[in-house]
Amino acid sequence: MHTVRESSLCHFRAVTVNDAALQPVTAPGLQDKAVALSDRVHWIGALDPTLRSFDIILKTANGTSYNAYVVRGSEGVAVIDTVKEGFSDVFFQRLESVTDYSEIKYIVLNHLEPDHSGALPELMRRAPQARLFISQRAQTMLKALLKHDAFEFTPVMTGDSISLGDRTLSFLHTPYLHWPDTQCTWLVEERVLFSGDVFGCHYCDARLFNDSVGDFRFSFEYYYAHIMRPFREFVVQALELIEPLDLHCIAPAHGPILRDRPKQYPAHYRRLSSPMLHSETGHEKTLLIFYISAYGSTARMAEAVYAAVSEVEGVRASMYDLEGGEVAPFVDLIEEADAILIGTPTINGDAVKPVWDLLSSLAVIPTRGKLAAVFGSYGWSGEAVRMVEERLRGLKMRVPVEGLRIKLIPTSEELAACDKFGHAIARELTGMQEDRIVEMA
Amino acid sequence: MAKAKVTFLDIGVTVMVPVGTRVIELSEKVGAGLIYGCREGDCGTCMMKVEEGWNNLSEPSVVEEKVLRENMAGKHCRLACQAQILGDIVVRPA
Repeated sequence: MHTVRESSLCHFRAVTVNDAALQPVTAPGLQDKAVALSDRVHWIGALDPTLRSFDIILKTANGTSYNAYVVRGSEGVAVIDTVKEGFSDVFFQRLESVTDYSEIKYIVLNHLEPDHSGALPELMRRAPQARLFISQRAQTMLKALLKHDAFEFTPVMTGDSISLGDRTLSFLHTPYLHWPDTQCTWLVEERVLFSGDVFGCHYCDARLFNDSVGDFRFSFEYYYAHIMRPFREFVVQALELIEPLDLHCIAPAHGPILRDRPKQYPAHYRRLSSPMLHSETGHEKTLLIFYISAYGSTARMAEAVYAAVSEVEGVRASMYDLEGGEVAPFVDLIEEADAILIGTPTINGDAVKPVWDLLSSLAVIPTRGKLAAVFGSYGWSGEAVRMVEERLRGLKMRVPVEGLRIKLIPTSEELAACDKFGHAIARELTGMQEDRIVEMA
Repeated sequence: MAKAKVTFLDIGVTVMVPVGTRVIELSEKVGAGLIYGCREGDCGTCMMKVEEGWNNLSEPSVVEEKVLRENMAGKHCRLACQAQILGDIVVRPA
């Protein structure tokens, strides 16, 4: 097993019941000890201060942490999450500083991604009597990650709970935050929410607690933007479960432990899960046309389509030249749009880079079910329209109106086809299209 | 060849198709809101509610049953990438 050492620059607090002792401790002998959240709850995670990118998609300017916890009840101990495999040694050292393996009654995994399940096989080998609890959606993932069926586990749902005697763990089903398997675990008597990736961030600071660490606000919002924003509707569903809890502390799987004013974090998620740009169009459907044009032909098509969709009652259309804008604001616009139309020429058998730049930036917003269509002028082959249609379908958008391709400069008849194309899309968008029968037999 | 009639309620389109076709193939072609992820019966993205003609689809496999259970599918829900059309049906995204 590859072992990673935490940086010697990291500062640690000793195990303590008294949370008043918040000053970082640098004594090397204390570095592999657990850290107390209370006399019954300890942090046994690992710090990874040298990590500079996470899951490829996230920058981590000062590394991250893999938080895991131990809960002690009158009738046994539960371990909540583990760490990335390379950090197993320090995880087990911290675990051993507060419990014996024979005491472990339960293991709970809130999220199976390898940075949280890496030490699971070894933990189960060391504590074979422990029962493993995962979410309903985690079952097939567990087998795929660990590559054998020998593990026994119990799937749980919202409302299920397990007892440690005088301490109770209750489960909240919070899927897609950030994988389908994710769940939260609520320690009832201590009012601690072990939230998994929710309310987490990649911010490595050995002082651990939000009232002691450096300024992690950017990291928190950056993490939300890349991990949670694509699943905004699931964030809102999860908040419905979390907001009623009388939170004393949120213990996420990455970043600072949120013991100071913990309720502000669900409130902040509530704000972040609101659309970046609020719709101001009332009951009208919003349709955005993004185009780019080398010699003006695709632009003329865009203008004709724009004029057509603007004629239809109930549609609020906007048009943008990709050449004149940055991608990020367009992504914010698309998040709230009901339909997007892409106008792209074909150059060297492909759509042009600004189009792909936009379409490769949409993974951070929900696009499922949005209406989409493509048009463009071409010189001799015209592949771009079909290629972009496939990409839009890949983003789980609906593409019911076949893309419109025009060779070189559009004629008046071809501009009439743009008008017809625009009206067809507007009818789809407003639900005014007539019921159709299509023969495919 | 036997034909069947598939109606996608969300877009008001009815498609006449040969028996044996999978629902997702049609949905993709007509641009209905039934969309796919893996197309292999694993991710649950293409879950659909069968409003009429529940018995006019092929029986769900053990794997599909499991995915439907894990996704907490409601009554008369199926995976569009797995269900083959045996007779007339009316569907919409779940």
